[in-house]
Amino acid sequence: MAYKRNIDRLPIPPKDAKVHNVVCHYCIVGCGYHALSWPVDRQGGPQSGRNAFGADLTQQQGAMSGNWFSPSMYNIVKQDGRDVHLVIMPDDNCEVNSGLNSIRGSRIAEMSYSAVRQTQQQRLTESLVWRYGQMQPTSWDDALDLVARVTASVIADQGEDGLIVSMYDHGGAGGGYENTWGTGKLYFGAMKIKNVRIHNRPAYNSEVHATRDMGVGELNNCYEDAELADTIVVVGANSLETQTNYFLNHWVPNLRGTSLDKKKTQLPNEAHEAARIVIVDPRRTVTTAACEAEAGKDRVMHLAINSGTDLALINAWLTYIADKGWVDHAFIQASTTGFDKALTANRTSLEDAARITGLTVDQIRQSAEWMAQPKQGGARRRTMFAYEKGLIWGNDNYRTNAAYVNLALATGNVGRPGGGCVRLGGHQEGYSRPDYPGPRPAPYIDQLLISGKGGVHHIWGCDHYKTTLNALNFKQAYKKRTDMVKDAMSAVPWGDRQGMVTAITDAIKKGGLFAVDVDIVPTQIGQACHVMLPAATSGEMNLTSMNGERRMRLTERYMDPPGSAMPDCLIAAGIANNLERVFGEMGKQDVAQKFTSFDWKTEEDAFMDGYHQHEKGGQFVTYARLRAMGTNGFQEPAIGLEGEEHAAPATTTGGTPGMVVQGPTLNARGKEPTKQATPANTSTPPIASSDTRKIIGTKRLYTDGKFNTKDGKAIFLATAWRGLSVPGKAEEQKQFPFLINNGRTNHVWQSAYLDQQDDFVTSRWPFPFIQLSPGDMADLGLKPGDLVEVYNENGSTQAMAQPSAVARPKEAFMLFAYPKGIQGNVVSKGVNELVIPNYKQTWGNIRKLADAPANTKDLSFKSQEYQVPS
Amino acid sequence: MARCDKLVDVGRRAFFARTAAAAAGAAVTASLPGSGARAAEAAPALALVTYPAARLANIKDLKVDEPINITYPDQQSPGILLKLGHPVVGGVGPDQDVVAFSTMCPHKGFPLFYRASDKSLNCPGHYSRFDVEKGGLEIWGHATQNLPQFRLRVDQNGDIYAQGVDELLYGRLSNILQA
Repeated sequence: MAYKRNIDRLPIPPKDAKVHNVVCHYCIVGCGYHALSWPVDRQGGPQSGRNAFGADLTQQQGAMSGNWFSPSMYNIVKQDGRDVHLVIMPDDNCEVNSGLNSIRGSRIAEMSYSAVRQTQQQRLTESLVWRYGQMQPTSWDDALDLVARVTASVIADQGEDGLIVSMYDHGGAGGGYENTWGTGKLYFGAMKIKNVRIHNRPAYNSEVHATRDMGVGELNNCYEDAELADTIVVVGANSLETQTNYFLNHWVPNLRGTSLDKKKTQLPNEAHEAARIVIVDPRRTVTTAACEAEAGKDRVMHLAINSGTDLALINAWLTYIADKGWVDHAFIQASTTGFDKALTANRTSLEDAARITGLTVDQIRQSAEWMAQPKQGGARRRTMFAYEKGLIWGNDNYRTNAAYVNLALATGNVGRPGGGCVRLGGHQEGYSRPDYPGPRPAPYIDQLLISGKGGVHHIWGCDHYKTTLNALNFKQAYKKRTDMVKDAMSAVPWGDRQGMVTAITDAIKKGGLFAVDVDIVPTQIGQACHVMLPAATSGEMNLTSMNGERRMRLTERYMDPPGSAMPDCLIAAGIANNLERVFGEMGKQDVAQKFTSFDWKTEEDAFMDGYHQHEKGGQFVTYARLRAMGTNGFQEPAIGLEGEEHAAPATTTGGTPGMVVQGPTLNARGKEPTKQATPANTSTPPIASSDTRKIIGTKRLYTDGKFNTKDGKAIFLATAWRGLSVPGKAEEQKQFPFLINNGRTNHVWQSAYLDQQDDFVTSRWPFPFIQLSPGDMADLGLKPGDLVEVYNENGSTQAMAQPSAVARPKEAFMLFAYPKGIQGNVVSKGVNELVIPNYKQTWGNIRKLADAPANTKDLSFKSQEYQVPS
Repeated sequence: MARCDKLVDVGRRAFFARTAAAAAGAAVTASLPGSGARAAEAAPALALVTYPAARLANIKDLKVDEPINITYPDQQSPGILLKLGHPVVGGVGPDQDVVAFSTMCPHKGFPLFYRASDKSLNCPGHYSRFDVEKGGLEIWGHATQNLPQFRLRVDQNGDIYAQGVDELLYGRLSNILQA
């Protein structure tokens, strides 16, 4: 039977339940929620005067009710040391989601740590160290002392290149402005660590270098633009499953035609219709099916290109649109450089593009018309250009990204209502760090670790065993190196600290690696680590982030972290404090001196030290003001406070209209420019004010036609097609029969680090699926649910066979980053010129491993696509 | 002795005060529809709600893939009764193929419709799909519950009764609405 909770009633929140602002800590959309909490021995009643909703709960509530929560939105947790009921339910008044809840966000409460209800018992509660041959709990002081002594010793021996760091750069859970600042100040401020990588890629680089090099920050529009566009073009994204409520709440109204009134009001004097949509994806997804259900098949174009050929298609679009004279000459003239040169370099005929992409000439021509042919009456067509991992993790990342921005700029769709050229995003954003001190291209960290470089590895919220490329090779090498240190540690009594440090550093000199893992759960890479430090997550600490339209909100602390877990920023401060002491004891006062300004007591202290002082507009932003602005917050950058004189809201780049701020931008995720060229204030952080004046933000970037380049002009780039650009991929394609395309599914957030303990999810997906066409299923002798091995020369992994009537022959699609079968095992180590991985273009073989295991017998293998009633 | 009596008395008064408060709280969950329970006569709340047995139809009324609209456990809660034509887990009747489900989508409460071609219930609100051959498993969708299924019993005359629900129904914090 399907998993059922057999819950037939839930406690009713009383009138005086506490309410905290919550932003879902999973995906970039950042839906607004509220956390309601009240003492465990109290409850409200169904009468309208007796519950927090003021609603008559003696009656059935209607569709889209704001007065109902599901069992997964409920839990019992600790708050200030006391058990409380907790309900985390969507906020009807949040402009992002308007009360909608995804299958992931609806489980924030259920995926919280509860001793009473036994949820997320995997959470790390105490520091753990490798002691007597196993991981043992210990105190913070004990663990941090060892971390500091070994780290200081390695730096003294090898220099700062001996310290390798893996750390997230995003917002939401396992990130946020407080924590990126805390870690950033430690590694890029107090130290100048170059050997750093990010959670999903093996170097410290941008996933969207090209758009930033062109002066166009990648989150430049607002979610309302999807309601205003004439046409939405989406490359390499499955937004119904991966930005669910952005799609449902902002794309669907436009596809249905229910945003027409808004279009007519906001954009008068031009023709309006319901939106058309162009979807570029080798695979047909539920997103395409939903678009067809809403807009009708004649307004949806799914371009199922040959995997990795996006660049040829985009160049052909630009060529055709330019030849037709549909480009925005006035905008190109006033606000850009390099158009003619780029157009010449990228010239691609419809016929050549058809040959490369596998599409027809008509498909390419018609889709170009949808995005650029002037509307009835001659008005410029408003087109929103969106993209995500199909492009980012795809062939020739840099050029394809640039080509897409070329197209958006040429058609005048950046900085204008109904437009934008935007990545759709994975995590929320929340980046505030001193500048990365390393080179470009940045060092390929996985290869350094595999080849024996570095002596100590600090890991923050990353699990390379699940979410890197070449993962099986990485794991084998990593285990070998860290085992050397484990064996050395097991031979020394713990009380002999100097003997322990000597044993560890001796093992490091022989090729060993000492690994420190900061996380909320015991990760797979944590199996290899010597110290694990327990972190608090969103809601267990106050945490700020911004979403895919730069909407910044504060998630308030509504529960206690488990055990002695702490916010990452305070853990970073703890490491800094210990390094200061240890370097001092080593007689290196000059080095110790660098670690002196980590005296934060709370995450708010870290916020005031970091974001408030260093980010553009940060001087206007405080916890008190964010708290007052609830789940709607404001859109970054802040430009002033209500009631005070401030720059026009249309201005995107500086304190005065047209001003171009040239702060460092390389690693600023999503918004440009990120910093003032000179920080507003670098002295002692100010005390947070209790003033709650409204912060004025920025709805769209670049509405003034000024971009983030020296002269304020966006730059067109030459981006000629050159086939599969990453070394080894063309050979792999020739050698192996199956494309092993890969990506996400609706039930699962990220690497399933919390989902892996949620019965609702694991009963649906006990293994990662691999979708195969019915013909391929037959050829391989597979029944639904059978376990298969996916293998090539890079490695091997397992998956569960799932027939898909819409899958193309020899094009498999496997769930990415799932704990029970790591797709990254079969991804080659090849990267682009800026060390961006190419997960999507992977080819391999498939063979049966075992008949369908018992835990697959209750699964459904029916089509996932919704169809309107016939 | 006088002092001891006084302490006992204080203790008794404190005890009664606590009891009264607890009873007032308990009454909220004890007030099942029609019970007329009041704080003064509070009884301990039961751990589970008590479901009515409701006759939905007779086996003879059912044809394969032709769902019958029903309501359960009350008129405000729509569902369907369905004969699938082959045995399924949780199916009742001589062919072990009769099932009943809520048709309020457990995501946002939109009314589900039945698609006979693949024996699924489908939501026009946000495209969620549930497999009626697999106990209401969410094939794809946004709900964080699989679809609530009504527990059925068939008597000697072929009358089909619903007598329970295995998940919380959309739009109510108690499957039996409380007065």
